[in-house]
Amino acid sequence: MNEFAKGFIEWFNGSDTSLQAWLGIPDIPVSDDAVSVTGSIFKAIFAVALVLGIMGGCLYTVLLERKTAAWAQGRVGPCRTTMPLIAAIPVVGKVLTYCGFIQPLADGGKLFLRQEPLPEHVNKFYYCLAPCLALAPAIITLVMMPFTSYISPETGKETALMLCNMNPGFVFIMAVSSLGVYGVVLGGWASNSKYPFLGSIRGSAQLISYELSMVLSLLPVVLLTSGNPDANPLSLFSIVQEQNNLWNIILAPLSAIIFFVALMAEMNRQPFDMPESETDTVGGFHTEYGTFKFGLFFTGEYLHMILGSTLFTLFFLGGWHAFPFLPTLGLDGVWATLLGIVCMLVKIIFLLFVIIWIRWTVPRFRFDQVMRVGWKLLLPFAIANFIAYLIGIGVYDSLLK
Amino acid sequence: MATQNYKVIPRKPLRWWEKLYIPQVIAGMKITLGIMLRKPVTLKYPEERPTIPKGYRGIPTLVKDQNGREKCVSCQLCEFVCPPKAIRVTPGEIDPNAPDAEVIEKAPKAFEINMLRCIYCGMCQEVCPEEAIWLQNEYSLNGYSRDSLVHDKEKLYELGGTLPDKHLKWKKKAEAQAHGPAH
Repeated sequence: MNEFAKGFIEWFNGSDTSLQAWLGIPDIPVSDDAVSVTGSIFKAIFAVALVLGIMGGCLYTVLLERKTAAWAQGRVGPCRTTMPLIAAIPVVGKVLTYCGFIQPLADGGKLFLRQEPLPEHVNKFYYCLAPCLALAPAIITLVMMPFTSYISPETGKETALMLCNMNPGFVFIMAVSSLGVYGVVLGGWASNSKYPFLGSIRGSAQLISYELSMVLSLLPVVLLTSGNPDANPLSLFSIVQEQNNLWNIILAPLSAIIFFVALMAEMNRQPFDMPESETDTVGGFHTEYGTFKFGLFFTGEYLHMILGSTLFTLFFLGGWHAFPFLPTLGLDGVWATLLGIVCMLVKIIFLLFVIIWIRWTVPRFRFDQVMRVGWKLLLPFAIANFIAYLIGIGVYDSLLK
Repeated sequence: MATQNYKVIPRKPLRWWEKLYIPQVIAGMKITLGIMLRKPVTLKYPEERPTIPKGYRGIPTLVKDQNGREKCVSCQLCEFVCPPKAIRVTPGEIDPNAPDAEVIEKAPKAFEINMLRCIYCGMCQEVCPEEAIWLQNEYSLNGYSRDSLVHDKEKLYELGGTLPDKHLKWKKKAEAQAHGPAH
């Protein structure tokens, strides 16, 4: 609890404690290495930029989805939408139009301009609450995400570009990101309609089943990180730092596969999109929703996709490191930081593409198949994998070191 | 049913790696990638138009022959044959000063095709003894009101234009009348 309190005070305060004193919060010793980005103003700007950037990212993930879908079906995809300002640029304007650059804005605008119905038969309070609950946990998780790091050339100390470098960040993310299921459950239940209800029931069963294998598959990563006595194995920042040389996907490939599959199920992506399988449950849990509320569900879904790819990048693909054994390509200072952001973005976009690629390849599982894969295939493998790493690392530490 | 000759092929049980799904999914992804790298088959419609096959049935129009004479003699066969009753012909007398006035009696006073009713079946073209009504290659037809989609005679000639006539049968008839019976 003390750890959490410290984290939140650091988040508001940066390194300076005047706000804390003004609020009358008793002085809790804050360790230096926990302070990630100094200055509360900078932190506030970074938070706003992060949320805006991620929301924009959601819109453009929809574009990526539409384009990839088009390519997989031999089509061109959105290539007409444009606006006068963009169309006026000589060559670039044409290219941007062909890439569908404005399409996300048009999609969003369309959602806002629709009539907003509030059905008679729904539970109004929970009906309105559910979309917010679907989106909020995903945004809260952003607080714990490191995006790149800055290595001071003088001291050699590495600080992460993140809002809150709390020590149990791993636990926090696992706990909060699975709260997203409440949006699905409440949305289906408050709609007071049979198909949304079925969709949400399936969704909750699926999310609970895959949560187990997901966390179990990540424990070997924590074990690998705890090899370094200075590192804090539950902090995402330390997990990335430990992948300086060999990425975890090389050290723990089975974990990576299990985590990826469980992640697909957690994000409700095909082939695991049980809550909204439109062929058997009409539109799934958000059948009764329209316009802005549907937009929130939709954004939440894509936000989960982005967060999922970010988590996979951090846990297994070496985060902001460019290559194994060559984390910064010999750059230092601010340039290394910028390179980190670029590497991170490239990895995230590649993973998003892979997720969409799988969607347009594999047909949807039946519900009993989803349960069978989750409980009979992934969970035993995850447990066996964890025990194998436990024994392997124990033997390595006690005998070979 | 029992006498039908069929053979049940037993489904092979899945191998252990097939039960893992992952190799199968990767094989499928390879196929998808191959398709993604292909050229799209989309026809970007307003800029690129499809090639129209021979014998295509587009909008029906009236045509004139190379001498500028309207070929329709308002026999009303098209009006009679038209399945959705889209055609309405009002017959009228031909101008007595016209060059073919001795051999042709009638011309349409008004000729309307209601394009909202037309089903593009081409029966009017098939039935026309004068080859006066033709289905064109044009397929994209639209308008702002119902009235604008009822094509009158003027509009039909404007869309149809001139189609050179090989036979000129009324000219032959006039010549035959002038020379008397041939046999």
